[in-house]
Amino acid sequence: MVTFQDLIDADERVEPRDDMPEAYRTTLIRQIAQHAHSEIIGMQPEGSWITRAPSLKRKAILLAKVQDEAGHGLYLYGAAETLGVAREELLDALHDGRQRYSSIFNYPTPTWADMGAIGWLVDGAAIVNQVPLCRCSYGPYARAMVRICKEESFHQRQGYELLHTLAHGTPEQKSMAQDAVDRWWWPSLMMFGPPDTESTHSAQSMAWKIKRHSNDDLRQRFVDMCVPQAEILGLTLPDPDLRWNAGRGHYDFGEIDWGEFKRVLAGDGPMNRERMAHRKSAHDEGAWVREAARAYAARSAR
Amino acid sequence: MRLWEVFVRPRRGLSHVHAGSLHAPDAELALRHARDLFTRRQEGVSIWVVPADQITASSPDDKESFFDPAADKPYRHPTFYELPEGVEHL
Repeated sequence: MVTFQDLIDADERVEPRDDMPEAYRTTLIRQIAQHAHSEIIGMQPEGSWITRAPSLKRKAILLAKVQDEAGHGLYLYGAAETLGVAREELLDALHDGRQRYSSIFNYPTPTWADMGAIGWLVDGAAIVNQVPLCRCSYGPYARAMVRICKEESFHQRQGYELLHTLAHGTPEQKSMAQDAVDRWWWPSLMMFGPPDTESTHSAQSMAWKIKRHSNDDLRQRFVDMCVPQAEILGLTLPDPDLRWNAGRGHYDFGEIDWGEFKRVLAGDGPMNRERMAHRKSAHDEGAWVREAARAYAARSAR
Repeated sequence: MRLWEVFVRPRRGLSHVHAGSLHAPDAELALRHARDLFTRRQEGVSIWVVPADQITASSPDDKESFFDPAADKPYRHPTFYELPEGVEHL
């Protein structure tokens, strides 16, 4: 009889109907649901710019990106449901605050350059976090992540291209791009979660091979990637302590404001209330559509 | 709302492969949702949707007894047979 631990030790995937420890199941539900909620809430900061995109091309790109985010949320809700939880339960948990979404989406998007900074930095950080999840021990989650990662690289590139265009435009456009990078840099670094010394779930998730690298390792990888990319953009990163450390072979960077991270996570970020209010009203106002679809299906089944 | 499993044929000549699942009230809407969800980048030329509760699956618990009968029959594979030196096209 092959046990759960045998599968983990052999680097095999765990599939929905295999025996698994209850804590593994609940950890995965929490993580996948939080990930799904982040995709759905993540449509809001960019959705608000669809009607204001500066050209038809940029509008089509942004629309496709936001549609992808809806799709990613649905892949992930589907993966969570294979663990025996219902979609409605997950949405209820989001709406009443028992489950969270990434705190990055609680920051505002006041300018068009934010669409570029989100693509380059926020989606860039998400990719660094998500690529190792393609090898996560839970099969349905890993498969959803493969699909998501393929689609995310377009998100990051369009953002980088958008910022590059602005950075090589008028002085006003360049300063708008710089301002967006200044505002998104630190919150993007926070996306990797608390430092390894304070991360509560990390050790167990690593042992279960849900997680493959520590928060700090992934954060470092992201910083090392971004510095040369920022140079090519002709923009600076807002950290006076950022410099190459030849001894480590990595960039050193300044202290992250973990107080801000905790405040935003606890619900006190600039946009927390607005994001949740919008999410709930969209759900409530969509109730008639769900009811109509159910009534139609019931009538056609007769 | 009913849960549907979605199978996509990526190209002519290939089989339908499981892509994931979705919720829909009926088969017609399940197909439309599947198109929007799994073929936004021309990933398919044909889609099947099947109500998840209509799938009968083997149980992982009797995996061993269920699949074991094939384990001791290596003679079903061509590599079981030794060929004399120099034989070609075999």
